[in-house]
Amino acid sequence: MLRKGFALAALGLAFIGGPTLAATSQEEPKAVHWSFEGPLGKFDQAQLQRGYKVYREVCSACHSMNLMSFRNLGQKGGPFYDPEFKNPNDNPFVKSIAKDYQINDIDSETGDVIKRPGTSADRFPNPYPNEPAARASNGGALPPDMSDLAKAREGGAAYIYSILTGYEEAPKGMTVPTGKYYNPYMPGDVSGFWSLDPNKVPIGGFIAMPPPLAPDKVTFDDGTKSTVEQQAKDVAAFLTWVSDPKTEERKSFGLAVMIYLLIFSGLLYASYRRIWANVSH
Amino acid sequence: MSGHSNYEPKNGFEKWLDERLPIIRLGYDSLVDFPTPKNLNYWYTFGGILAVCLGIQIVTGIILAMHYVAHVDMAFASVEHIMRDVNYGWLVRYMHSNGASMFFLAVYVHMFRGLYYGSYKAPREVLWLLGCVIYMLMIITAFMGYVLPWGQMSFHGAVVITNLIGAIPVIGPAITTWLWGGFAVDDPTLNRFFSLHYLMPFMIAGVVGLHIWALHVPGNNNPTGVNVKSKEDTVPFHPYYTVKDGFAISVFLLMYAAFVFFNPNALGDAVNYVPANPLVTPAHIVPEWYLLPFYAILRAVPDKLMGVIFMGGAIAMLFLLPWLDTSKVRSMRYRPTAKLYFFIFVIVTLILGYCGGQLPDNKIIPGLTTFQVAASDLNSVVWLSRLATAYYFAYFLVILPVLGLTESPLPQPESISEPVLSHSANAPVGAAASPEKRG
Repeated sequence: MLRKGFALAALGLAFIGGPTLAATSQEEPKAVHWSFEGPLGKFDQAQLQRGYKVYREVCSACHSMNLMSFRNLGQKGGPFYDPEFKNPNDNPFVKSIAKDYQINDIDSETGDVIKRPGTSADRFPNPYPNEPAARASNGGALPPDMSDLAKAREGGAAYIYSILTGYEEAPKGMTVPTGKYYNPYMPGDVSGFWSLDPNKVPIGGFIAMPPPLAPDKVTFDDGTKSTVEQQAKDVAAFLTWVSDPKTEERKSFGLAVMIYLLIFSGLLYASYRRIWANVSH
Repeated sequence: MSGHSNYEPKNGFEKWLDERLPIIRLGYDSLVDFPTPKNLNYWYTFGGILAVCLGIQIVTGIILAMHYVAHVDMAFASVEHIMRDVNYGWLVRYMHSNGASMFFLAVYVHMFRGLYYGSYKAPREVLWLLGCVIYMLMIITAFMGYVLPWGQMSFHGAVVITNLIGAIPVIGPAITTWLWGGFAVDDPTLNRFFSLHYLMPFMIAGVVGLHIWALHVPGNNNPTGVNVKSKEDTVPFHPYYTVKDGFAISVFLLMYAAFVFFNPNALGDAVNYVPANPLVTPAHIVPEWYLLPFYAILRAVPDKLMGVIFMGGAIAMLFLLPWLDTSKVRSMRYRPTAKLYFFIFVIVTLILGYCGGQLPDNKIIPGLTTFQVAASDLNSVVWLSRLATAYYFAYFLVILPVLGLTESPLPQPESISEPVLSHSANAPVGAAASPEKRG
């Protein structure tokens, strides 16, 4: 009875918690294998480094990442973690990355607005001074902040990968608005731009971002072949790490908790059997 | 908490204290010596599980409040700061957010158990009513807690729910403005929700105290629904049920931990990781899973005010239940017809939950267009919700009152111990328990 009950409850949860259908439609994200999948999966540090490079050289031109500080890149589990530098602020890699950025500040002597080289403790600076500026430069669309992107989209890394590699020629019969691009993986409703059979409206939506990646657009330092798929995969992995930089700590902690609770449950069950042994019930 | 006490002070200090504040006696009588029916199954462990859930929510919540900033410009970032920069902040926050789901999962099992075994019937009506009060407080607390991270779903959920109150004629709009602390959901709303979200768990804890008190006066119900007749029917709470509950709690924590550590965002909505933006409405506003059945009932009714009344009515049914069920037989083990309707009721609540997560116009059978009734296609989520809502109310208002008068229950055992002792010779003993006599 109990087992049945739990199975039912789990089923109920899965039933209710399943993907909810909106009026918008989109293609299911492509199936990709990730090293960080599952309870034991870990990030591949080389992939995170490549992904960071894609972010730095392509995405960061328009997308902010304002919950992240440079020091995060060097923390445990991060792309530039080095066990020699337990304090990521001291990590020379992180320091040199930070130094390449110019950060807005106030001169403490004169009060003038100045720019100074970044330090490990600084946040990643926003590519635009404010939201209207960001919209003005992108045809009215706001490039979303990337700190939480993988958490904030149904499908996470697979969604990001699918968007980046999913651009295709708009099907015949569809009028794509100026400054927009058709992408079947983008949630949207294109029925207003469709001139053929209204029962066969293509799924997907319009995105204001032009296809950002191209073969060899980013040169990987580790010699990995720089295809669009590779770049998309690496940056999706990087953004997944960015959205939850404590993932590895969480998983390894969780493993210990599960083992502890399993043993504890076993002991309690044995005690239960023993204590109840003489009670007929 | 009542009746005869077997506590004997063990030393001078205990004796001294017992004459002044018999608090050790209270603990001994209610948690150690308390006579508990010996046939409680695992469905009865959820009370203990819920106590653990409340404790976890309060402890993690107090720690979160140390780092959280209740301000529209900083709330979202402060929650992210907790998860990124505070030591083990991710653990505390994920325990708290998943803890809410676990709390509701456990409370639903606990309530269905009460429904099945008739735990709301005399002399336990007050116990049941207090439970309903706790459940209502939980809903309000969870709703306000969900607003605090100030994501898209937090904000727009708060707008939708507070606007419902505006449907009340005459005074509704004024109450809404008063709740908001302004003319829209904004900083004052967030601040008062934070304040109340911190207050209400302690109110819940207080009512839980009353709930346990009201449990200890008549004592536990049990799966047979038959009253405890002799000492033979019971075992002391400790160690028998401390160990059984302890085992169940540990197994429950395993499932809880699986979510917290390996799938912490599975039960939440991805959209809530987008900071709140009053100018952009999400494509699909949905509450958390545990409130979806009520959301489905709300949307099943075409009129806004009537929708709110039905949604409130769905909870009001629970309060009226002790007087709606006319059967004197507590446990549905001995009510085969009622049992069937009960299981349909469980499935119907799950269907309502499913409907609450879908758009009203979504099709149940894909691609099939039938005919329009009341401005909606019959093959749509909204019609499924209407049917399910009808059953939900019929279960309380028609099925339970009528069934108690018309059904013929199976023979009940003479005592809790009897079915246990009669395992080898079942037929003759069971037959003795006069089938026509109810209760």
